[in-house]
Amino acid sequence: MSTDLITLTAAQTAAVVADGSASAVEVAQAHLDRIGAVDGRVHAFLHVDTAGALTAAAAVDAARASGATLGPLAGVPLALKDVLTQKGIPTTCGSRILEGWRPPYDATVTARLKVAGVVILGKTNMDEFAMGSSTEHSAYGPTHNPWDLERIPGGSGGGSAAAVAAFEAPLAIGTDTGGSIRQPAAVTGTVGVKPTYGAVSRYGLVALASSLDQAGPCARTVLDTALLHAVIAGHDPMDSTSADVAVPDVVGAALRADVKGLRVGVVTELGGEGYQAGVRQRFDETVELLTSLGAEVVEVSCPHFPYALGAYYLILPSEASSNLAKFDGVRFGLRVGEDDGNPSIEQVMGRTRAAGFGPETIRRIMLGTYALSAGYYDAYYGSAQKVRTLIQRDFAAAFDQVDVLISPTAPTTAFKLGEKLDDPLAMYLNDVATIPANLAGTPGMSLPIGLAPEDGLPVGLQIMAPAMADDRLYNVGAAVEAALLDRWGHPILEEAPTL
Amino acid sequence: MADTPSITRDDVAHLARLARIDLPPESLDHYAEQLGVILGAVAQVSEVATADVPPTSHPLPLVNVFREDVVRPSLTNAEALSGAPSVESERFRVPRILDEE
Repeated sequence: MSTDLITLTAAQTAAVVADGSASAVEVAQAHLDRIGAVDGRVHAFLHVDTAGALTAAAAVDAARASGATLGPLAGVPLALKDVLTQKGIPTTCGSRILEGWRPPYDATVTARLKVAGVVILGKTNMDEFAMGSSTEHSAYGPTHNPWDLERIPGGSGGGSAAAVAAFEAPLAIGTDTGGSIRQPAAVTGTVGVKPTYGAVSRYGLVALASSLDQAGPCARTVLDTALLHAVIAGHDPMDSTSADVAVPDVVGAALRADVKGLRVGVVTELGGEGYQAGVRQRFDETVELLTSLGAEVVEVSCPHFPYALGAYYLILPSEASSNLAKFDGVRFGLRVGEDDGNPSIEQVMGRTRAAGFGPETIRRIMLGTYALSAGYYDAYYGSAQKVRTLIQRDFAAAFDQVDVLISPTAPTTAFKLGEKLDDPLAMYLNDVATIPANLAGTPGMSLPIGLAPEDGLPVGLQIMAPAMADDRLYNVGAAVEAALLDRWGHPILEEAPTL
Repeated sequence: MADTPSITRDDVAHLARLARIDLPPESLDHYAEQLGVILGAVAQVSEVATADVPPTSHPLPLVNVFREDVVRPSLTNAEALSGAPSVESERFRVPRILDEE
């Protein structure tokens, strides 16, 4: 019974809970057992809240017993990225500087999940403060890719993607500042969406780069991803950058799955040189598949996309250096070196931040401090903001010609742990295809389109849509997913080795 | 415009001081080399950032988001102080803020 429960989709899980063929407590326990069995090797979780999960599940069962109508995800377990606050539950952001901190409030995303009866199993591992593409920058050790435990699960949300891929949870929440939902989805054979900027509240999301950060859903199917998107999206007065517009019908779009007559643009600049052969092969096959399904596929040039990576690695460190100034050893988290002599507050801050931040965080804080310095501001931060305008114009011109854009999600499949750890620039190149959407605030999805022939590892397709047209991602994604399922005869994760 | 900048260990020490990060001296050369490589790569943005292009600081054209100025429930004193490394008399206790005489 318990093995069956962990392989169900979220939609199926909600259905068995609603019709009483399994209780929410049984579902939660099956996933907690799975975590107990495999997470010692995967390390997707930083904290498992066994008691809280069982209590939340029991509440769903009680609501059902009392005759209440359950929501579409009631009783479905979920893994929450450790960058979102959950009241009373440790929230570290993968950093030593927040070790042991228990936030006194729920993020809006967390609160919405609780209201929907979603059962939060625990907090997932991530690169420190969401800076990284491999989860190796976590202060608590890396997460391992369920497809090959010697390889990275992507980052920064490698814990969330690995939890979903390892059947430790059918759903997870990630956050995507430069690709941290989409790239982990690509390298673990799962589905992930970065919604339009402002679609999901940032209240209670510990900020990395406030103009880029966006929380979003992770799952094993496009429909499950849509169901979770619908639960967490919507205007929030607690976030002044939250968009006060109607959430598009993402679930309806995932059920429609029809690309006949749809105009699809292949982005010239996001492919070719620098992309692994097997990634290109699976992508080219998907282009043919879309054509066979009735889409009109054309090539579209976005001439400024090659400058996106440079702009991103100026804007992000600049915003991060400001946002991370709050970790000063005064109001929460670590304080170091207070008893050594009679130090001033500035000395204690310096000691605390040196001890509490890892090397990648320190690099980016100093990079941002440099880019914002008098004398360099115009050349670096100012130029990066202009490139941001050019990227937005590229998207606008492209969406005049086509309904959605597509590319590979990441240039390569999962690389080996340690392979790029000491080469920051090589690590940054993993995000080359995902970053443009963050700079423009537009939505993007990654979904699996097969295994690269040379290494047998998952390849992701990225779909991009105009702002507030997130439903198009789900329509196209579901059509591709259904056609591939038809071709393969089984979901891609059935090809992953047994853990 | 911006040539590949050379970052010295003194530059790194200065940035670390500005960012309030007490870096061990033996780490400065390594950071200097890495920051120089990264800045050299990102400096290409200046190739296309011409004077006629307006800057974009934020993806959404939102301005002046207001709410009603009314009293609402908030964290209690105890909740707000619950994560502090040091507390005294219901306040955050901090190390000395003035220089020694």
